[in-house]
Amino acid sequence: MTADKLAGAIREANGRGGCAFVPYIMAGDGGLGRLEEQILFLQEAGATAVELGIPFSDPAADGPVIQQAGIRSLESGTTLAKVMQAVGGFSEEIRIPVILMTYLNPVLSHGIAAFANDCREAGIAGVIVPDVPFEEDAVLEDALRMADVDFIRLIPLTAPDDRIRAIAGEAEGFIYAVTVDGITGARDSFAGSSADRLAWLREIADVPVLAGFGISTPAQVREFGRSADGVIVGSVIVDAFHRGDLVSISELIRAARNTPVPAE
Amino acid sequence: MVKVDRAVYSAPDAKGRYGEYGGRFVPETLMPALLELEAAYREAKDDPAFNAELESILTDYVGRETPLYFAERLTEAAGGAKIYLKREDLNHTGAHKINNALGQALLAGRMGKRKIIAETGAGQHGVATATACALLGLECIVFMGREDIRRQELNVFRMELLGARVVSVGGGSGTLKDAVNEALRYWVANVQDTHYIIGSALGPHPFPEIVRDFQRVIGTETRRQILGKEGRLPDAVVACVGGGSNSIGMFHPFVDDEEVALYGVEAAGSGIETGKHAAALTGGRPGALHGAYMYLLQDDAGQIEEAHSISAGLDYPGAGPEHSHFRDTGRVTYGSVTDTEALSALRLLCRKEGILPALESSHAVAYATELAKEMPPDSIVVVCLSGRGDKDVITVRKALEGGGRHDG
Repeated sequence: MTADKLAGAIREANGRGGCAFVPYIMAGDGGLGRLEEQILFLQEAGATAVELGIPFSDPAADGPVIQQAGIRSLESGTTLAKVMQAVGGFSEEIRIPVILMTYLNPVLSHGIAAFANDCREAGIAGVIVPDVPFEEDAVLEDALRMADVDFIRLIPLTAPDDRIRAIAGEAEGFIYAVTVDGITGARDSFAGSSADRLAWLREIADVPVLAGFGISTPAQVREFGRSADGVIVGSVIVDAFHRGDLVSISELIRAARNTPVPAE
Repeated sequence: MVKVDRAVYSAPDAKGRYGEYGGRFVPETLMPALLELEAAYREAKDDPAFNAELESILTDYVGRETPLYFAERLTEAAGGAKIYLKREDLNHTGAHKINNALGQALLAGRMGKRKIIAETGAGQHGVATATACALLGLECIVFMGREDIRRQELNVFRMELLGARVVSVGGGSGTLKDAVNEALRYWVANVQDTHYIIGSALGPHPFPEIVRDFQRVIGTETRRQILGKEGRLPDAVVACVGGGSNSIGMFHPFVDDEEVALYGVEAAGSGIETGKHAAALTGGRPGALHGAYMYLLQDDAGQIEEAHSISAGLDYPGAGPEHSHFRDTGRVTYGSVTDTEALSALRLLCRKEGILPALESSHAVAYATELAKEMPPDSIVVVCLSGRGDKDVITVRKALEGGGRHDG
């Protein structure tokens, strides 16, 4: 059953003595023809799963690096439908779970039921939609559940406790813990209490907790890997692929594999 | 016999929906701020002290109420229904935008938020917000598309004179929607101490409701004034629709008056058939952008398309959720007017009445003039003249000199 695929992959990474590492890449940046090769590279380098960004004309939750990658991808003709088709075409080659990150409007335009079905057929394990907060869950929840695709929730660590509990109670696959108030992109400092909040979130959650937003260096991977079940790294990976710098991607993944997660 | 009450319109519902439109499609990080805003607004709305303070500022500072003016020579020129103009152009800062900017700035102060951000297209909302912040001693940052900064450089300077910082937004088409994206990004990162004054009847709940309520003063005054002058309600009310704030404020007090026909006028740009327009309700389909489910200009894959209009204030690819709802229910009829037609109406109003309307408002004037022609002389049309056109003179001159072309 795919519903356990994501949590399973993360636990497996933890079982091997490291924190999970989920890189984000912008699908179609450099052309969709490169997508398979990019995912296979990440898989061979030891990524736990991969998050595929769908470009959107108005990415209000993204910083400059992902905005620019989205513009390049849109210019090369990328659409949600084409990405799902591409992933379905090479899903036999991919062992790690694939997650889609898309803003809501391309999904609405594609049709919610069709989107959920196409995800299932392409073997997509989970979906992240940054502009659907807890109050609007209903727009996607049933369709994704019927298609057996995890609906991954974002939880800002700055949210009130009762709100975090409520969202964690509905979590599927893993919880995407947002470590900063803000948009995607590298930054130097994080709220001082992040580690405590992550520890508490891991305690109350039934699924693994991955930390993301702003994590960009091996040192930050180790820092967050010590308090979460894994990390999600986006902008710096997008930038590295764009520059053809595969070495720094491998270094980040290695940092994660060598960072054992705390005991439950 | 059971007395059947007339249906009373009461949207939005508790989830911020107008029919199926509206909602709160924003990053999770913003939800606590939206819930806080909603609670603070409900409290303020029922607080006589808050309302008294707002009313006193609107009277003594903004100069309300604004006149409802019978445009006799325009009526003559049209040759049909009597045309009245609701003179929102006579407000302090020159447009209706100040009604909402002051209301929200007061609300922000009440919530203890001393930092204000805003987006602006034509610059009217930016100027209004900068003005409200100067008056109330709040810090102000205005996000404005690079293209709009070029088109509206005088308004940029005005905002800076008023103490605001204007941030140029280079992404996308460099217009209003990109300014909203950047304002949302800034807000997500600074939500703890910052309030976002959205200028149109757009965005996540409760913004469309708050903006509408602060703009309702337009329609409420109009209703009272026309009853005083004519002893009856108008047959038609006309207002332009970009995001839709002056129009929703004008229409809302008339929604339950079935005998009053309501007309929203979108910007047809170079013409709907050319694809270069800003008429989301006429040529778009529903989708989610900037926090709300509403009519949008978008391609087959759900990517938002650029809007085109000579009027920077109408240059937005969506129309607010309540307008989207009224389109579907048919309570409001939505039409559109091209750049060329709006320019003609602007000149007509200048020549016949000595009033230079904003390019936005000129769309409503153009539509109303045509509408009045088809109506009998004893009928009444009210047009919301949402702003004055001083800010547009350079654009207008270029368009007229260039044989109707413009750089918008």
